[in-house]
Amino acid sequence: MELALWTYEGPPHVGAMRIATSMRDVHYVIHAPQGDTYADLLFTMIERSQRRPPVTYTTFQARDLGGDTAGLVKTTVQDAYDRFKPAAMMVGESCTAELIQDQPGSLAQGMDLPVPVVPLELPAYSKKENWGASESFYYLVRHILANAPADQIASRPDPADASGRRPLANVLGPTSLGFRCRDDVIEIRKLLNLVGVDVNVVAPLEATTADLLQIPAADFNICLCPEIANTTCKWLKRTFSQPVVATVPIGVGATLDFVREIQEITGIDASAALDAELSRLPWYSRSVDSTYLTGKRLFIFGDGSHVVAAARIAREELAFEVVGIGTFSREMARDVRAAAEALELEALITDDYLDVEEAIANAQPELVLGTQMERHIAKRLGIPCAVISAPVHVQDFPARYSPQVGFEGANVIFDTWVHPLTMGLEEHLLHMFRDDFEFNDQAAPSHLHAGEGAAASEAPAPTTADNPDANSPASWTPDAEQELRKIPFFVRGKARRNTEAYARDAGHPNITIETLYEAKAHYAR
Amino acid sequence: MSSATLCDIPVTLERGQREVFCGLTGIVWLHRKMQDAFFLVVGSRTCAHLLQSAAGVMIFSEPRFATAIMQEKDLAGMADANDELDRIVERLLSRRPDIKTLFLVGSCPSEVIKLDLGRAAQRLSVAYNGQVRVLSYSGSGIETTFTEGEDTCLETMVRAAPQTDEQQLLVVGTLPDVVEDQLERLLDACGITEAAGKLAFFPPRRAETIPAIGPKTRFLLAQPFLNATRRALIGQGAVHIPALFPFGVEGTSAWLHSAARAFDVRKERVDTACAAPVARARKALEHYRHTLQGKTLWFMPDSQLEIPLARFLASECGMQLLEIGVPYLDQQTLSVELPALPENSGIVEGQDVDKQLERLHQATPDLVVCGLGLANPLEAQGVTSKWSIELVFSPIHGFEQVGDLAELFARPLQRKLKLAV
Ligand code: SF4
Ligand code: SF4
Repeated sequence: MELALWTYEGPPHVGAMRIATSMRDVHYVIHAPQGDTYADLLFTMIERSQRRPPVTYTTFQARDLGGDTAGLVKTTVQDAYDRFKPAAMMVGESCTAELIQDQPGSLAQGMDLPVPVVPLELPAYSKKENWGASESFYYLVRHILANAPADQIASRPDPADASGRRPLANVLGPTSLGFRCRDDVIEIRKLLNLVGVDVNVVAPLEATTADLLQIPAADFNICLCPEIANTTCKWLKRTFSQPVVATVPIGVGATLDFVREIQEITGIDASAALDAELSRLPWYSRSVDSTYLTGKRLFIFGDGSHVVAAARIAREELAFEVVGIGTFSREMARDVRAAAEALELEALITDDYLDVEEAIANAQPELVLGTQMERHIAKRLGIPCAVISAPVHVQDFPARYSPQVGFEGANVIFDTWVHPLTMGLEEHLLHMFRDDFEFNDQAAPSHLHAGEGAAASEAPAPTTADNPDANSPASWTPDAEQELRKIPFFVRGKARRNTEAYARDAGHPNITIETLYEAKAHYAR
Repeated sequence: MSSATLCDIPVTLERGQREVFCGLTGIVWLHRKMQDAFFLVVGSRTCAHLLQSAAGVMIFSEPRFATAIMQEKDLAGMADANDELDRIVERLLSRRPDIKTLFLVGSCPSEVIKLDLGRAAQRLSVAYNGQVRVLSYSGSGIETTFTEGEDTCLETMVRAAPQTDEQQLLVVGTLPDVVEDQLERLLDACGITEAAGKLAFFPPRRAETIPAIGPKTRFLLAQPFLNATRRALIGQGAVHIPALFPFGVEGTSAWLHSAARAFDVRKERVDTACAAPVARARKALEHYRHTLQGKTLWFMPDSQLEIPLARFLASECGMQLLEIGVPYLDQQTLSVELPALPENSGIVEGQDVDKQLERLHQATPDLVVCGLGLANPLEAQGVTSKWSIELVFSPIHGFEQVGDLAELFARPLQRKLKLAV
């Protein structure tokens, strides 16, 4: 057993629901008790979906257990087919049904429905949501392509006579409830158009079963969300020899790499996209106001791909210092470890919320990039935060256009990350007027409006950056403590940390005003 | 579908897909009420996910509930699962020395593998002798529906309650503290507390101090879903005072009058004590009556508050009831409520969500009370909705909340009138 207060990912059948809900004409029947219908609200409330997820639950009860639960599966599948007339069905189970072993997938396959039936076996006691989404997408694509008559499957035009034809790409991975997938699809279409590539199929988001049959017509696949589409892209590569563009184009550098990768695969000339500076991020980052961003301490946590992308943007494009990095996704652990190594950090691979909270408190970052969970942690610790990865809440499905990928995505990222930080002139003013009452420690940056500011100042004492660390060896003399409080609050944590480290190394048991300034000189850059 | 007749109200039974939370959801409000208690679900990742989805945005990072998520290896052997549970409980309690009562909450997976949480609770209670009391109940979706999780929790607490021979009045059902205080003042003012000898609320604000129960205990239900709790109380010798539930002016008045009769308190005394709050409540209700009057209303089966709320909305707000869906119906608990419904009310017990939605679209109600999974899709089709979950989180009982209760239903209708987009 594993103790969980909050969970980053739902169970694997919720991943399968995300695939079914993304598609336009697939219906998913889940053998599950009534309470599992809660998952509908993820789509209708968090994503504000206008339709119910195309999902039917058997909602068996205790009194059904001795009886014919298998019969219930069949009736439910038949009723769902008759009512919704989907072009394909996925049939599976949730954790409870896994224990009663009715094998709903095989039962449904034996029913001779006139549409493809994709059985899903997603072990609920060892796997999680993203894995479930990835497997379901793979099973669906494979099932449709492997079982359709050959003349219904689109084939790839001979690359040799591609003269004059623009290369065709599939964009795979965007999914319902994915982070900014809706806008990323629009942005990636714009980018590909600029590069000179036409989009063949986008899946699973808004795709039909018929679209899946068109997948083999593309010259290559873009694996936009590796968490969801990696397995499928690998299979397509093996089966249809479609190369995969694996770089996720989040951030300016990654977007340029992405374009270069396409250039290499297709041989087209993408200089139009490569040479013009199409994002405002580089100039905004070079402009003097951004000087104050230099070396801001950053903690990054989330799914794999957004974390890896964020680490690169942080270091190369904003000159932040990443002080902690990790993911809840075991499937993406290898990529995140590699990114961590490049930063000379050890990756935090955990889905235990308490571990993440502890790591953030210890790292004392000035900005946290994370999921909705890290937003809560950061709020409690009084640290600014920006959300970069699912799982997210309703406010992270903004009404405005806010992609993450491509050049516009980089602009959005610049604004989203920089806004929570105390910026430029404002920081100067805070420093100059720090003794004025308006600028006391309780005054949060003015852009942290009412709610957030209040939460920051209410943050419990023991874990905020400017409070004595419980296990700090050197003790502060009252004078030094007084002096420390004169240092502006947004750098005080760093000053405390450096001074304590200095005192420890120098073997000072007590920290005096002297020690404080010795440390300051020691760490001066 | 089959039909039964009850107090001249036809009840249609329906079976099919249900679209309703399981009893684990009750933890979301129970843990706020009893601040010294911790709720540990023994279940799966689904259970953990349900809880956090139902709880919505949580601003406290360490809530007093958690899930012991079973893994592949726990399913292999029973001894294993019990050892694992002990280990988890130890880790939990060492982190939270403030916890005095621990509820082990059963889920579908724990029940299907027949993990005996009752025995585990006994074993752990002995192990933490004196420090922590460990109790268990089922919140599983195969046994319980939404608010029924509170029922099973309170049932367990009743069984754990000490015995007493003292005469007292017990008010049973989780209420926000502010409502409890209001009701307490009213019961005092009516002279009911004095006549009863003692007044206690159940569940208590601290799980540590479960009120004693005995043959001289008489109890009023404050929530209409406490069927098992009612039976358990009767099993301990307590006597139920059947009454309307304290929703609306009529409901709250009748609730107090029933208690007064039970303790031989003069009716006039109650009328006098209620005069001012009743007048206030009527005035507050007036603000919303014109919005609700004559509007048609449809309940999807959900919180089990449907019947008393339907009664209030029909008789005090003038709404017209089209269909009252209830997940299940206990005629005993609702014995006073059912006859108070308008004669032609259509009650549907159980659910086949797709068929029900078909009927709904044919009936085109002005307002639908439903769960979170259905609200936006209905709105997108032009049907105005009210989320039922708000009804279990908001203070809606008693005179002082009559206006707020009506407002919850009036707001979506008024909003629809205001919006020009
Ligand atoms: S219905 Fe059962 S398995 Fe699903 S969340 Fe509720 S208790 Fe857990
Ligand atoms: S207060 Fe507003 S304008 Fe001023 S620096 Fe902060 S975010 Fe920018």
